[in-house]
Amino acid sequence: MVDREKVLEIIEGYRGQDGILIQLLLDLQAEFNWIPREAISIVSEQLRVPKSQIYRIASFYKAMSLCPVGRHSIQVCMGTACQVRGAQKVLDLTGSRLMIKPGETTHDMSFSLRRVNCLGCCAMGPVIVVDKDYHGNVTAEGVDRIIERYD
Amino acid sequence: MPKLTSVRDLEELRREILSERGGEDPNRLWIAICAGTGCLALGAGRVIDAFKAELEKRGLAEAIEIKETGCPGFCEKGTIVVVNPAGICYLQVRPEDVPEIVEETIQKGRLVDRLLYEDPITAEKAIYEDQIPFYKHQMRLLIKDNIKINPKNIDDYIALGGYRALAEVLSGMSPDEVIEVIKRSHLRGRGGGGFPTGVKWEATRSASGQPKYIIINCDEGDPGAFMDRALMEGNPHSVLEGLIIGAYAIGSSQGYIYVRMEYPLAVENSLLALEQAREYGLLGKDILGSGFDFDVRLHRGAGAFVSGESTALMNALEGKVGEPRPKYVHTSQSGVWNRPSCLNNVETLANIPLIINSGADWFCSIGTERSKGTKIFSLVGKVNNTGLVEVPMGMSLNDIIFKIGGGIPGGKRIKGAQTGGPSGGVIPEEYLDTAIDFDELTNLGSMMGSGSIIVLDEDTCAIDLARYFVDFLCDESCGKCVPCREGLRRMREILNGIVSGKGEEGDLDKLEEIARLMRAASLCALGRTAVNPFLSTLNHFRDEYEAHIREKRCPALVCKPLVSYFIQPEVCIGCRLCQKSCPRAAISGEEKEASVIDQSLCTRCGVCLDVCPPKIRAITKTSGKSSDSHSSGMRNANSGSSHKASRGDRS
Ligand SMILES: Cc1cc2nc3c(=O)[nH]c(=O)nc-3n(C[C@H](O)[C@H](O)[C@H](O)COP(=O)(O)O)c2cc1C
Ligand code: FES
Repeated sequence: MVDREKVLEIIEGYRGQDGILIQLLLDLQAEFNWIPREAISIVSEQLRVPKSQIYRIASFYKAMSLCPVGRHSIQVCMGTACQVRGAQKVLDLTGSRLMIKPGETTHDMSFSLRRVNCLGCCAMGPVIVVDKDYHGNVTAEGVDRIIERYD
Repeated sequence: MPKLTSVRDLEELRREILSERGGEDPNRLWIAICAGTGCLALGAGRVIDAFKAELEKRGLAEAIEIKETGCPGFCEKGTIVVVNPAGICYLQVRPEDVPEIVEETIQKGRLVDRLLYEDPITAEKAIYEDQIPFYKHQMRLLIKDNIKINPKNIDDYIALGGYRALAEVLSGMSPDEVIEVIKRSHLRGRGGGGFPTGVKWEATRSASGQPKYIIINCDEGDPGAFMDRALMEGNPHSVLEGLIIGAYAIGSSQGYIYVRMEYPLAVENSLLALEQAREYGLLGKDILGSGFDFDVRLHRGAGAFVSGESTALMNALEGKVGEPRPKYVHTSQSGVWNRPSCLNNVETLANIPLIINSGADWFCSIGTERSKGTKIFSLVGKVNNTGLVEVPMGMSLNDIIFKIGGGIPGGKRIKGAQTGGPSGGVIPEEYLDTAIDFDELTNLGSMMGSGSIIVLDEDTCAIDLARYFVDFLCDESCGKCVPCREGLRRMREILNGIVSGKGEEGDLDKLEEIARLMRAASLCALGRTAVNPFLSTLNHFRDEYEAHIREKRCPALVCKPLVSYFIQPEVCIGCRLCQKSCPRAAISGEEKEASVIDQSLCTRCGVCLDVCPPKIRAITKTSGKSSDSHSSGMRNANSGSSHKASRGDRS
């Protein structure tokens, strides 16, 4: 169950402002790590916007997830700079170690894997971000070591 | 904090800050440590902690200030530490190095040699920034202060003369005069289009309707560009000052900062900057007693490339899905909530205070005939010194890549450079001598875009790169218009076929036809320019396309389905490192005997080649007809491409 009070509190922070739907959904995403269905119902009810409009936004943006994600989020940068330095290999290896594809979560809910486009530290590509930790110049062997740290 | 109610208050405050900081004592020691996203990722946080602990331990914590600054651009060599006032520049500093720096440099005034920049050829050491080739050949106007400022403290910006341009504008210039100066400076927008900023401001000023909006575009969607991040997180007040001046010029009372949420530090520092500017009365009602009211809200982008486009961004500000709308009416007439709106890129706005302070003539003295001032490029990819480089418009790519970037790693050959991101194109080696500005890059079939330069070496496949961008744009296309949505999908399909050995005669004609159509009929510039990566690679590397299609060969040995790996039995010493690291257990063989790769199990991930010891180099990668002959036991086949395991670079 989602914490109704928390959702209401986030909505309250934006009372009286226009054009805040995206900001509000980002806050919900940050709070729950995904945007649960109940939260969408509450937002729809409180702001009097159709659910369809909320789903349209939540499904459009990469930063929002409509299904639960793992305890640790792994983001592999697939920006151009990382790409030419072997990001595809890093992504493939990470995927095969966790036995999931980008966009998926492991069965035990410990890891979710995502591709992102450029995290702004291109000088250190390929880059992986686990939760909030950045790892630069990642090599094939490095992938294992990084994942192990969060097991 | 006191609210400033006049220009005199601001000058008074500046004097106070300077004297509080011992402005009279030029020998005061302070240490600048880069705390930008790049260096933080390399462990700058631990270096900062180590300095604090070490100074504490030696009882120096009171006397010596540690400043956590923005990014000076030399990300390759992070963590960067500068010991001031001398300006001694230490690179690649780790927490272990800190006690030595404090003991030697701070206490005894001696250098720590091994942390200085060393020229890779002459082995000569450089002590100061301006002796390091990476910095020496730059002209750093916009990012020079990043390493001197704590972006979380407005006083640092003010101490260096910040908000002086705003004071000048508010105390003595009419909006029309401001617009006139910007027009005369010929400043062109750094967001990609290169539209003259003064003209845009004038159009928004003369449009009817209130309120008017002015917006900072820090969506920085080009994957491979990070100059806007560095400015927004490293010196946010310089951008904000430009925004306030712009607001005054066009007559806007409400501004927005649109920052992508993939830049959490830029979001944090922008919010702080807004808060501190408000407390000083540099935002809000009656700014500096001039009667001018203006405030700013921050909007986080949620991860969509297309939302950086002006109409899409304005939709997002209204809380709607960030996809473009047709531009029958220009956004300067009807943008956010159908009101006149002006969108400017981060770097564009950071130029404004400089132009006001030093004048349009000074600005015009820098750059080329039709592109004035400097441009920050992000120099990345296969180049030794990656990072941000700010140079006058008109420098050649060769100078940027070789003089500043220090050339290509691992003794590889340069193949070209990709500029302009997903809307740009590849410039092959032959043209790297061209002086680059907005127009020259367009003439070469690429574009300035946001200023990313991705250096490509011989190990980059042109077709794979084109496929990469088409794939990227396919995911990012909003799907609203058919030419872009369907065109990109068909292009992706065909290119995927080509890189996996299923290319057919006629594919290139089909691709060109789709490209023509997309260029003519797409709704926004995303679709119209999406074909550039393909067209430019086709233009310059047609032979590579043909090799993929006709010979099923990837000359750069990149396209997985077209390459294979082999172990040379006479070279392999049977250490079995490759066997242990193969994720598919496709390699077998006894210890001390040559290993063999089972081609039917091999996924061509290339890990074996990475782990084969550099002294041995038993593994070969090949493409083309020779790969078949290898699998039947033949070696030294000459047709097809092949080269030995090389790992001088980080591919
Ligand atoms: C698909 C697409 C993405 C864009 N992304 C950005 C961006 O991330 N940052 C930016 O400043 N401009 C971006 N632009 C350009 C903007 O539409 C706009 O021209 C620019 O922000 C105007 O600022 P300027 O006049 O200062 O250059 C993009 C354009 C398109 C078509
Ligand atoms: S391309 Fe990976 S961080 Fe920029």
